[in-house]
Amino acid sequence: MFRPSHFAAVVLFALFASVVFGITQRETPRRMVRYGIYCFVLFVGSAVVLSWLMFLIAR
Amino acid sequence: MATPTIKNAAAEQGFEYLPLIAGWLVPGAGHFLLRKWGRGALLAASILGMFTLGIAMQGKLYAGAHDILDILGLAGDLGNGLLYLLSRVAGLGADQVQVTTADYGTRFIVVAGLLNVIAAVDAHNLRTGRKS
Repeated sequence: MFRPSHFAAVVLFALFASVVFGITQRETPRRMVRYGIYCFVLFVGSAVVLSWLMFLIAR
Repeated sequence: MATPTIKNAAAEQGFEYLPLIAGWLVPGAGHFLLRKWGRGALLAASILGMFTLGIAMQGKLYAGAHDILDILGLAGDLGNGLLYLLSRVAGLGADQVQVTTADYGTRFIVVAGLLNVIAAVDAHNLRTGRKS
């Protein structure tokens, strides 16, 4: 059984989803790569920010 | 300049909805039919990877529709096409979520199905010329 940490699961999820979003939502290869990276950073970044917010609220 | 025209002409032969249906049944197949090898391979790797990891995490495969959340989960799972059917036949996936990673796995499987639908629609858009 594969048991990733919460963060590893977020990174894997962001990676796969960003690849599909990049390819399907843009037309040229250069823009696909840029949009994929943009989505990946937003996925992971928002997860980190929300995690810190929840940590601070819970204290 | 002649090469793209020949490629487009070859891609536009046949049943218009074939890339959509093939892309739904097998991840990336719609793009392979249109000779978009690189895009098809990346889409297939991403969707297959996400589905496989979901199964490896003991994610749940929705089998019935008892309430609205089950219906939505089943709809997402059905987006995986043959992957979902073969996994059900092989008895893969958990019947009930018992650990945290299984909950992640369930979401991975549902989202893989939704991403596969997006990829299949993209193949259809390429086929109809809506996307270049």
